[in-house]
Amino acid sequence: MPRKARAVAPTPDEQLAFYRQMVQVRRFEERAARAYTEAKIGGYCHLNLGEEGTVAGLMAAMQPDDYIFTNYREHGYALARGIAPERVMAELYGRSDGVSRGWGGSMHMFDIESRFMGGYGIVGGQVPLATGAALAIDYRGGSEAVICQMGEGTTNIGAFHESLNIAALWNLPIVYVVINNGLGMGTTVEKSSAEPELYKRAASYRMASARVDGNDPEAVHEATKVALASARAGKPYLLEAVSGRMKGHSVVDPAKYRSKEETEAARAGDPVAAYATRLSEKGVLTEELIAQIDAEVRAEVTAAAEFADASPHPEVKTLFDYTYATPVANDSRRLPGEALYPAAPRPSSKGASA
Amino acid sequence: MSVITYRQALHDALREEMLRDQDVFLIGEEIGLFEGSYKITAGMLEEFGEKRVRDTPIAEEGFTGAAIGAAMLGLRPVVELMTINFSLIAIDQIINHAAKIYGMFGGQARVPLVIRTPGGGGQQLGATHSQNIELFYAFVPGMKVVAPSSPADAKALMLAAIRDDDPVLVLENLALYNTTGEVPDVVEPAEIGKAKVTREGKDITVVAYSRMAHVALQVAEQLAREEGIDVEVVDLRSLRPLDRDTVVESVKKTNCAVVLEDDWLTYGIGAEIAATISDGAFDYLDAPVRRVAMAEVPLPYAKSLETAALPSAADAANAIRETLDAVARRR
Ligand SMILES: Cc1ncc(C[n+]2csc(CCOP(=O)(O)OP(=O)(O)O)c2C)c(N)n1
Repeated sequence: MPRKARAVAPTPDEQLAFYRQMVQVRRFEERAARAYTEAKIGGYCHLNLGEEGTVAGLMAAMQPDDYIFTNYREHGYALARGIAPERVMAELYGRSDGVSRGWGGSMHMFDIESRFMGGYGIVGGQVPLATGAALAIDYRGGSEAVICQMGEGTTNIGAFHESLNIAALWNLPIVYVVINNGLGMGTTVEKSSAEPELYKRAASYRMASARVDGNDPEAVHEATKVALASARAGKPYLLEAVSGRMKGHSVVDPAKYRSKEETEAARAGDPVAAYATRLSEKGVLTEELIAQIDAEVRAEVTAAAEFADASPHPEVKTLFDYTYATPVANDSRRLPGEALYPAAPRPSSKGASA
Repeated sequence: MSVITYRQALHDALREEMLRDQDVFLIGEEIGLFEGSYKITAGMLEEFGEKRVRDTPIAEEGFTGAAIGAAMLGLRPVVELMTINFSLIAIDQIINHAAKIYGMFGGQARVPLVIRTPGGGGQQLGATHSQNIELFYAFVPGMKVVAPSSPADAKALMLAAIRDDDPVLVLENLALYNTTGEVPDVVEPAEIGKAKVTREGKDITVVAYSRMAHVALQVAEQLAREEGIDVEVVDLRSLRPLDRDTVVESVKKTNCAVVLEDDWLTYGIGAEIAATISDGAFDYLDAPVRRVAMAEVPLPYAKSLETAALPSAADAANAIRETLDAVARRR
């Protein structure tokens, strides 16, 4: 049921902004992959390669005072929210200038200033939280809305269904955005979802929904504007963006479970290249402009990596600073192996022992 | 000062905080129209309306998570989970999210959340409805877990939990709701993380929390009256943070200790207390630390079996006597 949004054609400036955003995500993620192989980045590292069109279109539709909650595949969303690439990269490097001060890493970027309310590593964990943020907005009579991003695999977790039901019952200002890249880690959407057209799941909750081509930033932008308007009017919304994943599930995944054809198809569906062609055909982009944007973005990303590398590692003395928000009596602050109590023999009535 | 039930004390604390702070709201299953499974929220819907007394679908993970999200934006939700058994449905949101959000994001978002939920067996509710699994939450840094045993503490700790900027689980107890005690007319919030010596004594330290701290006082009075044994009772009140010093100082004075707990023995709260005493008062001990805990079975329905499985006042009294016998043999 593709919705008829009266699409206002984007201006060339807007189109260039989408393109630039997509290139920034692409180059940033490529740089992150390189830094990972250089062992600058640890843990899991999931990239937005193939998701750039969705990132650019979705984020451009948000207002500055809206909130966003995402899954762990969130570097691009953080960048598009306007968080400095330096701070995102420094988080990947686990440094004290990182957006989460080095406490979160790739999966847990957070920036209170821009209302980027966290990447979450537990599949589905962000969905009830985002719903609660929408509840808080509604409670206070605010006009903001919440975007809750997730992968298509997440629509099979109980929390997804509980949350959509709650949001619909309580008319909360929230848009659930499902990025359908066709794959969980290696499991296909057809193998994991009895109804693989995921936007239809909204029907169970009498929630409006739509499916959009996630490779097309303009379509995503329009669809997100419709969805956000609905949410602000107290009608939560489920938006499914059909996109692709160009590489493995995470940096270290060689994606052997995909056939050669599937991998090639994913490459061929490259949203950045496709959008460049489209804008070139319209005369919005020229080869010089493409080269210029690329050079600018590369410089930005290189600077981010250099900044991250120079940023200090968090000091061990800060280890106990973030267990609780406020001081609490008898909080345990012991490093491994530290004694609970110093050895102190019982004072004897016969006097001190030798 | 008036004598009220533990239930009334909880109710009064919630009501006072709702009146004091518009950001405080109640959320849970059947807390409004039905007035709560155990009637703690009786009358609240009528007084505060649907916005602040929010009945939810049966979706513990969903509404607990929503409360956490609302807390991240600065509201102060008080979640009722009908019993602690059902918290297992919400455990991902509690442990992986509420307890992590402040630290994992480098201190950028606070989670001023209260989860209130009763534990406890003895009501013939069978294995899934009678557990004492507070340990799961007390195990986790980032959580605070308080476990009041008296009406006065129920009120003071609930006030403290609601005003606290971190997630606090308030452990209530089915068997305590109808117990009574003196509560001052004006109650100040308690300090979370502090144990209390609820009865001073010189012969032996009994450490307990929640229902067993209530039982401990009864046993202490009985033993004083009938056998001249002078028991010191330490009520932990807070399971995380844990006030180890108050326990250790008491044992340094009495030189022996018994721990009473309603949870299972192996890996239980009592094990942590025994280890604490071993670390902090080893040279002062005149007998091994004894633990009185629930039998390690899924709690049966049949009254005879249920009664046998739950720790009783008699079990506590025996452990105290036997520990004092061991002390006497050693001295
Ligand atoms: C509760 C939970 N189960 C399993 C995992 C391991 N895991 C991480 S990502 C992932 C696949 C998720 O797929 P999807 O939601 O489609 O998101 P995508 O990675 O494709 O963006 C799995 C199973 C997890 N992090 N959390």
